[in-house]
Amino acid sequence: MDWMQILAAGVLATIGPVTAGYALSAIGLNLQFGYAGLLNFGHVAFMLVGAYGTAMTVEFGGPLWLGLIVGIVAAVLLGLLLGIPTLRLRADYFAITSIAAAEVLRLVVRSSWSEPLTGGVFGLQGFGGAFHALNPFPTSELYGFGQFVVTGRALWVILVGWALVLLSTLLIARLIKSPWGRVLKAIREDEDATRSLGRNVFAYKLQALMIGGAIAGLAGILFALEQQSLHPDAFQPRITFILYVMVILGGAGSIGGAVLGAAVFNFLFFATDALMARLQANIDWIGAILSPAEAGLIKYVLVGVALMLLMVFRPQGLLRSRDEGRADAS
Amino acid sequence: MEAGRQAPPTATGRAIRWISRPVRLLLVLTGTLFILAWPLSVLAQGETIGGTLVYRAEGERTPVEGVTITVSQDGTQIGTAVSDADGRWEVPLPGPGTYQVSLDVTTLPEGVTLTDPTKVELPNVAVLGGQGKSVIFPLGEGQVSGVSTYERIGALFVAGLKLGATIALAALGLSLIYGVTRLVNFAHAELVTLGAVLAYAFHASGIGPSWPLVFAAIPAVILVAWFGGLQSSYLWRPLRKRGTSLLSLMVVSIGLSFALRSLIQLTFGGQPVAYQDFAGQSAILVLGIPMVPKHLVTIGVTIVVLFLVTQFLQRSRAGTAMRAVADDRDLAESSGINVDRVIQLTWILAALLAALGGIFYGLNESVSYEMGFKILLLLFAAVVLGGLGTAYGVMVGGFVVGIVVEMSTLWLPAELKVVSGLVILIVMLLVRPQGIFGTRERIG
Repeated sequence: MDWMQILAAGVLATIGPVTAGYALSAIGLNLQFGYAGLLNFGHVAFMLVGAYGTAMTVEFGGPLWLGLIVGIVAAVLLGLLLGIPTLRLRADYFAITSIAAAEVLRLVVRSSWSEPLTGGVFGLQGFGGAFHALNPFPTSELYGFGQFVVTGRALWVILVGWALVLLSTLLIARLIKSPWGRVLKAIREDEDATRSLGRNVFAYKLQALMIGGAIAGLAGILFALEQQSLHPDAFQPRITFILYVMVILGGAGSIGGAVLGAAVFNFLFFATDALMARLQANIDWIGAILSPAEAGLIKYVLVGVALMLLMVFRPQGLLRSRDEGRADAS
Repeated sequence: MEAGRQAPPTATGRAIRWISRPVRLLLVLTGTLFILAWPLSVLAQGETIGGTLVYRAEGERTPVEGVTITVSQDGTQIGTAVSDADGRWEVPLPGPGTYQVSLDVTTLPEGVTLTDPTKVELPNVAVLGGQGKSVIFPLGEGQVSGVSTYERIGALFVAGLKLGATIALAALGLSLIYGVTRLVNFAHAELVTLGAVLAYAFHASGIGPSWPLVFAAIPAVILVAWFGGLQSSYLWRPLRKRGTSLLSLMVVSIGLSFALRSLIQLTFGGQPVAYQDFAGQSAILVLGIPMVPKHLVTIGVTIVVLFLVTQFLQRSRAGTAMRAVADDRDLAESSGINVDRVIQLTWILAALLAALGGIFYGLNESVSYEMGFKILLLLFAAVVLGGLGTAYGVMVGGFVVGIVVEMSTLWLPAELKVVSGLVILIVMLLVRPQGIFGTRERIG
């Protein structure tokens, strides 16, 4: 077995555009879940709305910059629409509505009824030409050493993606250190106390949801531009659960936590994937009981189990001590 | 039951004691699933779709010859077949997958039509590896004008009651668990799936005992109820004792939901399947409305079960204790009710109802690893409509949601009918978040 290849698969995934996209989306979720205590189980919907907003604008002849604005505005609007009926109520109502809305949005986008707009199950392709035309690196040239190489095309996406991650992290850091951020944390710790101090708790929660949603929308746009194709079934609910594992792994309610969580998770996830694929192909008894597709499914079982165990045993994340910024403070 | 046993005082000791519990739970669960559903994916080659076209009139079955049937996949035509003198037809397939099968109505002989004109195309025919899938186009005496509005609305109403029965059974359990523990259990959908899948394993998987569905349902429901009790005592009770917040518990439940769903997909496979018993029943006319007998049985059995549950809650000691815990947990505890046992019993009852709902859903639609998750939204709509934590409200809510969702196909394309579930959910949250039957309390 080639351990170097497994390591390379993990490392490349960790620095690659996939991790940048997940990290970006996790930053948005961290603001909502980690800082404001919002139980958003439909986070993937913000990514879907952002990606489709951009792709559809370009598809109908708009320029890319307009598409970016449409995508982000659409994600903010989704936050508004989801938040208004639910955020005045107890936390469970928002959780219920968000998971339901995310599934319904995916079904609507993939239906034949909306096919003229969204491409239905066939999706949309080739809307990111303007983005890749800006690439200063020769597309097919290889950068890196040994097994650790990326193409010029990937390098461009990686640079843009991580630049966005950095900007969003700085933005969240500024926001959290501001009075606004302190109120948000106060709401997470004790909503009634904050309300009795005269703060409009509903407005703060709604703002956190919309800002987090906008960042997730940006992540969706990044994924769509990188792939140059958009498919409704890429926005499965499991993306949301993976994001939760990332946020809790890195430490819910810590500034760099989401990025750290995304990097650690994707390294483990893709290295496991490469390892399972090789085990499946090379070791006879594993190959006999598992097909390649089944070997790929095991990692999703592990994601679910990891989410449960992390939430119970280390809700504060891998690095931090138990006491600061507990996400499970009731 | 080891009621009231306290965890050891040291933190390390507690962690070690506790960690063995989820591990034990997972071992039991994986064992059950793997043994029951494993070899489903190990089958031979040579997939086909076929069937026999038979025209039924006055108790006689006449084969129908010369009818063209087309099989396609995502818009690409795979093949066509014409029924022979015995009414048989068969189309060979390139491999397992989901296919669309349509019947060319113009090739039907004079005076013969589909008993259900909406079934002219079957959009989701799932074929497993090596399976010779048989599909049925029920044919009957021709009505030239098609269906009347009365018939269509009537048929949709019955379909709504049928869907509502599943929703009411599953949502009742969800609401009861919420009532006694204040936990919205996102993994409830997987209890629904597990019921249907286990019944399939005992009934038609080829590796199980191949019992008739009615008998296969019994061990399936018992196993799921047992699994519910296991979850309660080995997962949720220790978490409550640790003082884990409700917010964290909900995240744990969604993790459990995802792990279970992936595990079921792993063992059961990704393709939907159908029970063999009662497949392709033809409709009978009641009050001029076509009704399929199994749908009527579903509705009837559900109403009886729901009635029994109300009697249990109203009259039995355990049921009264359940309502007492839901109403005021501390008061119940201080009046000598063993709250842990009541919660355990609620979980068992809830899992049992969910499994039953799942089997009915599998009987009327199909069995797949994500069936529970697909109706989770409708469960939430029913629970919010009836009032989170109520029992009787949710029963009514389940039927209302089922009827609204089916009726919405009068205006909406069928693939979008679940959207109406979301609309109900959001409108209720805006207008009356405590539910139609919920009592007014502060839930903000």
